Amino acid sequence: MGISGLDIFKLLPKTNCRECGFPTCLAFAMQLAAKKVELEKCPYVTEEAKKALAEAARPPIMPVTVGTGDFSFTIGGETVLYRHEKRFEHRPSFAYSISDSMKDSQVDEILNRIKVQKWERVGELLQPNSIYLKSDEDDVSKYINLVEKVASNTEFSLILVNENLEAIEKVLQFCSDRKPLIGPVTKDNIDDFISLAKSNSCPILIKGESLEELIQLTTKASDEGLKEIVLDSSPNNLKEAFDHQIYIRRSALEKKNKALGYPTIVYPFELTDVPIKESVIAGIFVAKYAGIIVMKNVEPESLFPLLILTQNIYTDPQRPMTVEEKIYPIGNPDEKSPVLITTNFSLTYFLVSGEVEGSKVPTWLLIMDVEGQSVLTSWAAGKFIAEEIAKFIKRCKIEEKVSHKNLVIPGYVAQISGELEDESGWKVTVGPREAVDIPKFLQSYKVA
Amino acid sequence: MTFEVPLKTGGSKINEVVIGTEGVKVKVGGQNCLPFHSFDGEVINKPIVAFEVYDVKPEGWASWLMKYYEDVYHDPILWAKKCISEYNADAINLNLISADPGGLDAEPEKVAEIVKKMREEISVPLIVYGCGNLEKDSVLLRKVFELNAETNLLGGAAEEDNYKPIAAAALGFKDNVITLSPVDINLAKQLNIMVTQLGVKPECVVMDPVCSAIGYGIEYAYSINERLKIAAIYQGDKAVANPIINTVGREVWKIKENKLSKEEASEWGDEELRGIIWEASTAMTLFIGGSDIVTMRHPKAVKIVRELIDELLAEGVEGVK
Repeated sequence: MGISGLDIFKLLPKTNCRECGFPTCLAFAMQLAAKKVELEKCPYVTEEAKKALAEAARPPIMPVTVGTGDFSFTIGGETVLYRHEKRFEHRPSFAYSISDSMKDSQVDEILNRIKVQKWERVGELLQPNSIYLKSDEDDVSKYINLVEKVASNTEFSLILVNENLEAIEKVLQFCSDRKPLIGPVTKDNIDDFISLAKSNSCPILIKGESLEELIQLTTKASDEGLKEIVLDSSPNNLKEAFDHQIYIRRSALEKKNKALGYPTIVYPFELTDVPIKESVIAGIFVAKYAGIIVMKNVEPESLFPLLILTQNIYTDPQRPMTVEEKIYPIGNPDEKSPVLITTNFSLTYFLVSGEVEGSKVPTWLLIMDVEGQSVLTSWAAGKFIAEEIAKFIKRCKIEEKVSHKNLVIPGYVAQISGELEDESGWKVTVGPREAVDIPKFLQSYKVA
Repeated sequence: MTFEVPLKTGGSKINEVVIGTEGVKVKVGGQNCLPFHSFDGEVINKPIVAFEVYDVKPEGWASWLMKYYEDVYHDPILWAKKCISEYNADAINLNLISADPGGLDAEPEKVAEIVKKMREEISVPLIVYGCGNLEKDSVLLRKVFELNAETNLLGGAAEEDNYKPIAAAALGFKDNVITLSPVDINLAKQLNIMVTQLGVKPECVVMDPVCSAIGYGIEYAYSINERLKIAAIYQGDKAVANPIINTVGREVWKIKENKLSKEEASEWGDEELRGIIWEASTAMTLFIGGSDIVTMRHPKAVKIVRELIDELLAEGVEGVK
């Protein structure tokens, strides 16, 4: 969020005392706006001015970082309503939900899941990265034991939620260094919570019964110097939950409403009793703005598609998704297995590799870097052409893996087959145009 | 502090398209706000789900999907009727793959007869897709519109290279046409303009901007939907003010994540629940983006999506004043 030099100038003493090292207050203000100097250089700046400047310079939606180490995550910091305008910055964190009313065996089951539930996709490891620890029983020691157990078992970021402030205070004694998100901050406990959060430097989860109440609470917390806030708007049903997400994002970005300029948390399981429906509701809030999505349905069939959806929605709309240029062996191929080639546009790769896998024919799949373009586009751009492909065949060293020189090219570039044979010395066969037809093709294709 | 809801009112309307005739009709479009943003304007018609039905036994479907249609897939009319009576379908999407020259290559007359028979026997509106072969579809769809003249059938797809005969037939026989262009807002707009220049009324056109499943480029489809709706509603671009259709079932059930069983891929969990979540979540994401009609396959996925649409459009919710 930019603030102009003139706006800053208005807040300065306007004495041109030069103690900051600049000839005039205006010159100093211009340097401040360009972020080339710190406000502290001015010995006479007032507290109000400092606050106003900090407030004016803050991003419209505050970034909030929860946790430390490998599983820490940042949410917020978003600048647009629609992902085609500019990339959505920070993916929502999926949180495993654990309650102190669960049996030990249930908690153990989740803790075991946490270790194994991760999936690789386009060279990236996808997994939830936080645990939402809620108290459903008014038993401080029980809650402390649960948090102790979970904290000692996993490095995941912690979201500690207990209406009983004493419980939060006690668990912070042993885990405040993990920078957990703590809450719920409500109108009844906000003063005590603020001092607790301040002394432990933890981000806070503020729960308001309405958006008006949320605004009052965040304003108070912000006045007290707390910047890392996550919003819970207490929706009563799916429509309210959806509407609130839109209202909050729009208010922050378009109305410059700083009191709502924070990331949000949603609880899809509160909106349905059906586990698979919970997952689909969670998916809605991937596109529409949630910062943290707390999940009860943590089965792999639920988290796997949701994490991929998140990866998809949060890709940079300006940059195509790519996979690494290399030889991909599918189904244990040997030196006599067929060799197929296509481009490194990740959608092309997924479709082709999926079909090759489905064909059950062991195959070497060559993926060539054409900056993430599809077959036809990269051919038209002069990247997926005979000369370049011939160079790639050498470069990837497929000759060390197979004892033959037979290459299958996509049907869309049939026209380059002759030239490619001349350039590469490989025998070229034209494969199908569409990935769907690959299994049929592979089942009858014979390496000469 | 009082809070004022930041509204975006005054949007232009999406064309309202009527599919089907008296007694079996459904309307789509007509809204002047983004999907489920009923606080900004009026959502006149609910987005709908059409069950995908094929005119020949489908190949390669996962058993955890196929089991719902095992008793009917040999007969598209029985299949459609089952979707209506047991799964409460809003609409049927009949796919005429028997016409594919690379497959059965059935005669257009014969295939069009199936459409007519189905339309006469079912109680919900019918949305028909050809076989995808540009040349064959231009002959086939002409025949389909002819045999179903003046029934507000929705048929397609008319693409850049075959839109003339298809759109002309839809116009001549007073039916509705689907215009299809691959994930590009400008191509979609251009095709709509060309089709309306032939004389087809804008309120007889539904756009298919092509979609894909979670993990296979859904972000492109999501953003194209969203951009088309923003252009139509907030930039007043009439050339894209048409309802959007997304064929979700075929995209979702062809990917390997919905073909491998729990035994083959244990790290992905239960295969049927995985498929239901994948299909329902893909559909909901595209509805949130801007879809008005989605075609789907798994009855349990359809059920969830329809419930969520109802919940998102619920009246009398205590919102913020």
